[in-house]
Amino acid sequence: MADTLRPRDAKDVEVAVQSALAAAKTVEIVGHGSKRAIGRPAQTDLTLDLSGLTEVTLYEAEELVLSAKAGTPLAEIEALLAANGQQLAFEPMDYAAILGGAKGRGTIGGALAANVSGPRRIRAGAARDHFLGLWAVSGRGESFKSGGRVVKNVTGYDLCKLVAGSWGTLAAMTDVTIKVLPRPETEQTLLIRGLESAQAIVAMSNAMGSSCDVSGAAHLPTDIAARIPAQEIGGGAVTALRLEGFSASVVARKHALEALMKPFGELTTAEEALSRRLWTAIRDVTPFAAHASTLSPREGEPPLWRISTAPSRGLELTATIARSAQAQMFYDWAGGLIWLTLEAADDAGAALIHSAIRAFGGHATLMRAPASVRAAIDVFAPQDRALAALTKRVKESFDPQGVLNPGRMWAGV
Amino acid sequence: MSLVMPQPDEAVLARRERIVAALRTIVPGEGVIAAEREMRPYEADGLTAYRQLPMVVVLPDTTEQVSRVLAFCHAEGIKVVPRGAGTSLSGGALPLADGVLLGMAKFNRIHEIDFANRVAVVEPGVTNLAVSEAVEHAGFYYAPDPSSQIACTIGGNVAENSGGVHCLKYGMTTNNLLGCELVLMTGEIVRVGGKHLDAGGYDLLGIITGSEGLLGVVTEISVRILKKPDGARAVLVGFASSEDAGECVSKIIGAGIIPAGMEMMDRPAIHAAEEFVHAGYPLDVEALLIVEVDGPEAEVDHLIARVEAIAQSCRAVTCRASNSEQERLLFWAGRKAAFPAVGRISPDYYCMDGTIPRARLPQVLKRMRELSESYGLAVANVFHAGDGNLHPLILYDANKPGELERTEKFGADILKLCVEVGGVLTGEHGVGVEKRDLMPAMFSEADLNQQQRLKCAFDDKGLLNPGKVFPTLHRCAELGRMHVHAGRVAFPDIPRF
Repeated sequence: MADTLRPRDAKDVEVAVQSALAAAKTVEIVGHGSKRAIGRPAQTDLTLDLSGLTEVTLYEAEELVLSAKAGTPLAEIEALLAANGQQLAFEPMDYAAILGGAKGRGTIGGALAANVSGPRRIRAGAARDHFLGLWAVSGRGESFKSGGRVVKNVTGYDLCKLVAGSWGTLAAMTDVTIKVLPRPETEQTLLIRGLESAQAIVAMSNAMGSSCDVSGAAHLPTDIAARIPAQEIGGGAVTALRLEGFSASVVARKHALEALMKPFGELTTAEEALSRRLWTAIRDVTPFAAHASTLSPREGEPPLWRISTAPSRGLELTATIARSAQAQMFYDWAGGLIWLTLEAADDAGAALIHSAIRAFGGHATLMRAPASVRAAIDVFAPQDRALAALTKRVKESFDPQGVLNPGRMWAGV
Repeated sequence: MSLVMPQPDEAVLARRERIVAALRTIVPGEGVIAAEREMRPYEADGLTAYRQLPMVVVLPDTTEQVSRVLAFCHAEGIKVVPRGAGTSLSGGALPLADGVLLGMAKFNRIHEIDFANRVAVVEPGVTNLAVSEAVEHAGFYYAPDPSSQIACTIGGNVAENSGGVHCLKYGMTTNNLLGCELVLMTGEIVRVGGKHLDAGGYDLLGIITGSEGLLGVVTEISVRILKKPDGARAVLVGFASSEDAGECVSKIIGAGIIPAGMEMMDRPAIHAAEEFVHAGYPLDVEALLIVEVDGPEAEVDHLIARVEAIAQSCRAVTCRASNSEQERLLFWAGRKAAFPAVGRISPDYYCMDGTIPRARLPQVLKRMRELSESYGLAVANVFHAGDGNLHPLILYDANKPGELERTEKFGADILKLCVEVGGVLTGEHGVGVEKRDLMPAMFSEADLNQQQRLKCAFDDKGLLNPGKVFPTLHRCAELGRMHVHAGRVAFPDIPRF
């Protein structure tokens, strides 16, 4: 069991990394540990637990900015924003369903480090698009900042973008500033019944290519739709198109969207409450929930992949995979995000999936698999030689000794 | 010129003829320009106060040529300055006397328009407006719309992370890209992203965007295209004070409204614009706000009514909503012509660019008026009110001895003021050479060193656009050196907090 360090402030984080450097020890950075089972398994000498760094240090609703210490619970930030009629537009998912553990965990630092997002990604962007400023400690044990606290944040390189999605391999964030946005007044979801996946992709493409400002577009094939806890959506395949905004606007856009979608199939509407439950389930990938409530995925749990691809290529991609393995999947982001489980193979289907990605474009991340599998295969997208070399140099420019989350994304990074 | 650029390398200049000959073997015909007269058009960008002839101009036509030019320059230790349309207002494309100026103008093809995936794949020399024009027939457009969009190129937009009046709602360049092909200084070609969302690894696209040509040369870009909103309307509101205008902006956002555009002008800017284009702006107000909302008619009308009500509650002196597309465009005509309008009332003007927390606007304007008096130079302000991006225009006469120097000092004071109130040195024009020496006002040495270490990961010899962005150039070996930590760490053992 690795020794755990619990810094009380940013200075402690700096001292902790410097000490680790001096003692030639490696460090795993954790907040609540809600995403700890993603990535190559850590075998570090120390654990740096940032969950003690909690405080919203600045919130100016009318400036659309919020600053917080990196370990601040995401739930606390979301509650504060909701009380002020605002939200995190990138709609961060809750990993409890797919990875086990209690709901509602996760820190703002963790959400940014993993560049999380949800169904609204297609309209509002991911965490990286709302990340305005940071203070962090590099793997050199030096505190640095980037960005600022204004919506147009960047002077110099936009290091926030790079740190977002770097899974703690570049720096330990201590303070972050994010852009926050108004919470829509209301939402409704137009449901199209019984579409084959191919038709659904076309329908979603048409919807996204309209001026209806769709903020969620997902297709749940029959076997998946049956697992959605919102029973009212009924049986059969469901294609869901979400409209959010001022109520007059939602009503007007729904009429326009209905006219556009009528040729595809039977239409029904999920009103606000049902719509919210449906999109929470899609966001949290509850159809592929882990059966265990322990934190680490158990042996025998089917591997779960998250694939991002061009929406129009998604179907060919999944068909290719399904020809060689028993697979189940559903589509978010108008077909561009595929959540896919398949029968457990020794490599969790990695060879099959990576080869399909090479053929159709995109990238895949293994979101759930036993540690032994994650240690043996590419959990994140494999890289060609030039990109891998550049990635390694970028890592070294922040963390030359490889002390921060070494090997979490790729061996040697 | 007070600007100090990196010392030209005499050894490189001495080899000029051989270098030109070698470049001609890579880029044939007229793609290599070495005659002084023909290089003249490249001696400056939009920041015309600074001029420098390059050693040679190269206009490659293919990614392979770019790769070979960069590999050659890397091997020979020759500096390279990339250039798009040369509309930079911060001197980002200012040539170096011993450098190759790499003009990307020939990369002007649109490779693919993919409506099903809502992506356009274009070369970097395509102008911003041309992307929107190429997809207009299907009712689509490319959202970032910098005011130079007729001339500026997508490659330059990537380098500067350009915005525009609509970026509060639709994002800056960085929020509208999906992928790119990048040539590193070594000549290596790296592909990042594609038609899918998010990177599979580090967000290199995010770091390339806004890197001002210091990390690599982009040769292909995939941008997101959007369906045009059904309609748009604007409200023109006059206020007796900038405080009232600022309060109105805050209340609009506080009401959960994110306008498609929200622009503010101060009295001098209003007067200059009105005199120039006769947009019907009120002349007896201190601040003018243009608030535009877009979407379906029901939404637009609903929001216009709410914005009007908020404006009244903030003591608006005048308030007019556009009732036709023609009227909406007229409201914008004055704002869009603000720079040339100011150009008419003064022999020269210097366009500044900084960002402040919006609530600090009255304080910043007041201090700016004081500075204006003490420097004896007039200033007009246009302001992207939604995102806090301020464009003060300092009026001066370059023919009066010392006035340019005084203007630059005034400008530097304004930018320092932006940082002082919690803002940043730039909004959308980049750092370039213009604000390079002000970077320490915002960043510590540790901050800047970390940024430069990242540059080393892309450009180990520091050959790509040196002298821009960073006030002090360090060698990569020096930056990479780890200083003894063990000696100065308080706890030689692992601490327990």
